[in-house]
Amino acid sequence: MQTLTKLGYNIAGPVLALIISFAIGGIFIAIIGKDPLAVYSQFFSDTLGNAYGIGQVLFKATPLIFTGLASAICFRAGLFNIGAEGQLIIGAFCIAFVGNVFGILPAIFLLPLCILAGFIGGACWGIIPGLLKATFGAHEVINTIMMNFIAAALVNYFVSNVFFVPATVHTPDIVPAAHLSRLDFFFESFHGAPVNLSLFIAIGAALLLHVYLWKTSLGYELRATGLNLNAARYAGIHVERHMIGTLTLGGGLAGLAGMNFVMGYKHYFELGFSEGAGFIGIAVALLARNNPIGIVLTSIFFGILQYGSLTINTIVPKELANILQAIVILCIIVLSKVIDRHMVRLQKQSVAAEVHA
Amino acid sequence: MYAVEMQHITKRFGHFTANHQVDFQVHEGEIHALIGENGAGKSTLMRILYGFYTPDAGQIYINGREVKIQKPSDAITLGVGMVHQHFMLIPPLTVTENIILGKEETNRLGILNLPLAAKQLTELSQTYRLHIDPSAKIEQVSIGFQQRIEILKILYRNAQIIILDEPTPILTPQEIDDLFKVLLQLKSEGKTIILITHKLSEVMTISNRITIMRHGKIVGTRETKSTTQTELARLMIGEEIGPPISKRPFIAHKDILIMEQVSAKGDRGVLAVRNVSLNVKEGEIIGIAGVEGNGQSELVQVIAGLRPFQVGEISIGSHSLSPTHGHQALAHIPEDRLRFGLILDFTLQENLILGRQQELRFRHYYFLQDSETRSYSSELIHSFDIRPEELSLPARNFSGGNQQKIVVARELSKNVPLIVASQPTRGLDIRAIDFIHNSLISERNKGKAILLVSSDLGEILKLSDRIAVMYEGEITKVFLTADTDEREIGMYMTGAKKKSA
Amino acid sequence: MRLFTLLLTITLILFLVGCARKADQQEQPTKMKVGLVFDVGGRGDKSFNDAAYRGLEKAKKELGMDFEYIEPGPGADREAALRQLANHKDIALIFGIGFIFTDDITTIAREFPSKKFACVDYTYDSTRPLPPNLVALLFREEEGSFLVGTLAALLTKTNVIGFIGGMQSPLIKKFEAGYIAGARYANPKCEVLVGYAGTTGEAFKNPGKGKELALGQYTRGADIIYHASGVTGLGVFEAARELKKLAIGVDSDQYHEAPGNILTSMTKIVDTAVFQSIKAAKESTFVGGRAMIFDLKSNGVDYVYDQNNKSLIPDDVHTKVEETRRKIVSGEITVPYQ
Repeated sequence: MQTLTKLGYNIAGPVLALIISFAIGGIFIAIIGKDPLAVYSQFFSDTLGNAYGIGQVLFKATPLIFTGLASAICFRAGLFNIGAEGQLIIGAFCIAFVGNVFGILPAIFLLPLCILAGFIGGACWGIIPGLLKATFGAHEVINTIMMNFIAAALVNYFVSNVFFVPATVHTPDIVPAAHLSRLDFFFESFHGAPVNLSLFIAIGAALLLHVYLWKTSLGYELRATGLNLNAARYAGIHVERHMIGTLTLGGGLAGLAGMNFVMGYKHYFELGFSEGAGFIGIAVALLARNNPIGIVLTSIFFGILQYGSLTINTIVPKELANILQAIVILCIIVLSKVIDRHMVRLQKQSVAAEVHA
Repeated sequence: MYAVEMQHITKRFGHFTANHQVDFQVHEGEIHALIGENGAGKSTLMRILYGFYTPDAGQIYINGREVKIQKPSDAITLGVGMVHQHFMLIPPLTVTENIILGKEETNRLGILNLPLAAKQLTELSQTYRLHIDPSAKIEQVSIGFQQRIEILKILYRNAQIIILDEPTPILTPQEIDDLFKVLLQLKSEGKTIILITHKLSEVMTISNRITIMRHGKIVGTRETKSTTQTELARLMIGEEIGPPISKRPFIAHKDILIMEQVSAKGDRGVLAVRNVSLNVKEGEIIGIAGVEGNGQSELVQVIAGLRPFQVGEISIGSHSLSPTHGHQALAHIPEDRLRFGLILDFTLQENLILGRQQELRFRHYYFLQDSETRSYSSELIHSFDIRPEELSLPARNFSGGNQQKIVVARELSKNVPLIVASQPTRGLDIRAIDFIHNSLISERNKGKAILLVSSDLGEILKLSDRIAVMYEGEITKVFLTADTDEREIGMYMTGAKKKSA
Repeated sequence: MRLFTLLLTITLILFLVGCARKADQQEQPTKMKVGLVFDVGGRGDKSFNDAAYRGLEKAKKELGMDFEYIEPGPGADREAALRQLANHKDIALIFGIGFIFTDDITTIAREFPSKKFACVDYTYDSTRPLPPNLVALLFREEEGSFLVGTLAALLTKTNVIGFIGGMQSPLIKKFEAGYIAGARYANPKCEVLVGYAGTTGEAFKNPGKGKELALGQYTRGADIIYHASGVTGLGVFEAARELKKLAIGVDSDQYHEAPGNILTSMTKIVDTAVFQSIKAAKESTFVGGRAMIFDLKSNGVDYVYDQNNKSLIPDDVHTKVEETRRKIVSGEITVPYQ
């Protein structure tokens, strides 16, 4: 009974948040003289009403899963990784570079090599703040943010001056052997939606991370480090190694987010493609309470919001769509607190009932 | 009519029932002791009365009127005040500023009238003989003084019913006497006092009536003058405590812990451990006696590899320590279990392998061996009587005594030659103390070397084979326990006697 | 539990109502519409994107053509936005505003052969043929820039003038190259300071950076700065206003952004290009698969000389600039574009 109720509330929470925030958003829409119902019907029918919309949503969700995991694993170790954006950019660029330069390799070598390149690229951007934190105690928030700037500037330089297609803002194409198939290759109904196999790699990464955190001794140590640094030291855990390792792993995961765009969609690296996925990943991780499986679901939810905002843009200005997104997220945060309290009350009632029976 | 009457109170945390159908009555103007072991449900019951928790079932009557107490401010309005184990004071502020926090008196312009508040506080302090200077800063005053401030804070809010949650373990004997004087004064002014404790001698001295709790239920209420410590102890633990395990003479003289002229800095950068040389042999308990803050904590941290040392040599068995860092293979019961010994958000089972997670017994390659850990944990829970017996309950939800048992169980189950126990029984009840004492002695009898640090001199005298006194970072004297007494050790502890030539 | 059931019901009803309404809409016969996807800068850049929007409004007023538009983010949104408009059955013609649409609009044009597409500043590559339903709208910005470069070099008192670009890209390089060539042509002693706001699309949306760059150039002696940087240019104008210097606008006539400090603007008739494409589609004279070039000769690019700024430009200078224009149109001067 209790688990069922809990599940019910976990579903009802976001739904209620959606309804409340849409009611608030409806007021804004009405103020600018548009029909809220028309906006919302477009929002839902275009995102969830057909396979193409669902495909777009999943495409948007894929990088968020990676960056969400990148933030979550660091939160679990007590670290704030604000650098997923930079790690993502570097990782994506490395994928594009390897996929082009090592084009003579057959797919069986090239695909893993590209994925590895993305991971290593991101990991390099994670290990530096990790080392600085572990050896000098330099705060990782500042350093990961700085690494974002460096990543952006470095990649901009390369894509503007060294490795680019003239008259564009992107790199040369990767070879077909490095492509990850799009799902519309397997299911015709997804046609046009760029969702691709990296979605499954993302889900696989979430499952692996779940196992790592809860089933392995290293995951145990990582969580201990995040929850109580003193006790972790007391327990002989090399907390510095975990700080470095976790930021490296987080960076690598963020770097993998580049697969979605580079290997699965455009087949090149384009400046500005990430749309801030690295930062949204922080929100994803927090809403999912740093639970890897929860991150998959939360990312899909954010995917709906993001793609939905685009679809209603023909009716309302972009700014309004952004306001709507923000209201939804705020409502969810508030409601999750309200529901937590309600659950406690419910438990009390059931105990009281038992006692009086 | 009772000043406080609680009827059929039930409170659960998850599957754990902290209070079950509790009926509790307190007369007006009495000192009523609420006693019981750790985890018996005393604190929970009082936190319900103070509005920290709301009960799952039951009613509360104050002066005969049924009341709903949802939050502490409700309780304060009803004249109920509580002094917690951990004080809620802000160090850089003055007494006055701390006390008026949350009940600031302002004039029409919204400006604080501090002088008026200070005057009121001085008057209150005089009435109840609290001897408090309202302009003192919290960070400059002693623990006993802080406790009186908490009491004054409650009086300032016109409390008629005052709850004190285990007020004495943090106080010196002199401060305890002072506190009791204050409590009697309060009683004579007509206040009602509820005292949570598990020290039977105190209860017999100060209280009028005593209510005993066990396993979340009330097992009886007694008039103090018509009961005995033996009866109370039996009611509290449900059985008589057996005689302590006797120490077996152990005649092996291999040194396990060797320290040669060790000096180490404290957190403030000045030397906290000075020139300490001490050996602990197998089959021996060495007690370190001393007033707290004389370098004992730092010494333990140095031995455990948690604090670097600047000078000297330390070796455990045949392994010598690096001065800068290194986790050591020793059993260590840390003095601050919440900061070092436990991870409160980890489950009982997870906490029982803290520090042992890399042992091959508990992992296979990198994967934790859940079934092995589970059976090991169940064994420890059983042999150390940890309650509740729920492997997946976070450590946060255990009582203080059971948290300590988790740490002790884990550390003593390690197969290592050296045990360092720092304040192992602080804040625990009789039975838990007895249990831990017996565990330490039986480890000694097995041939372990034990270094015991405690601020409780009685504990040191009871357990130790030898006693080393620490004063201002130095070991000023080492006695054979048989050759000394409390008085002599006390002289060295306070620095009245220094190193003999 | 009751609450949850209630919520689910409400959502379901909302959803069904939504679907029902959608169905209604689709049954209504409607007239032909135009769709447009903006560049990253979006509406309100007082420049390039706004010029495209003016073209839409003009078409609505004069041709009665309704329109819908989307302001996408970077990355995958462009293709999704184009497809969304192309999927709309009333929309017959879809615009992509900006060179960054080159790949996306080519893909979508192939996917929707029955719809018409036009792309402003399309990166035209003669080795890759355009789809037959796509027209590339290209401008010779370097020619217009040559003229304002000439004008600036003739009017400078310090012999130092400036150029501020948005994103470093071949497109903006065309502005820079034409401007510098024009300045050198008119006044070989004239020095040209060059600055760029960045290397991503964001560089077109950063007035703060624009102001910073402009203040730098003015203090280093420049007395006239030409910008080709979208919204970033608004910062350049602010710097001009503060220091009482001159600036040259771009794409649209930007006189009103800082009256008295705008020497002239290099106009790019994006609005006209958009309008003409819509008109052609309506009159069924739209021919895809080719590039439409807008240059000095066709008045596709120009500089502003009217009542507002006449007082800033002496007659002899104006005559010299007009003379230069004739030489470019006749081919006597070849304007470099990189």
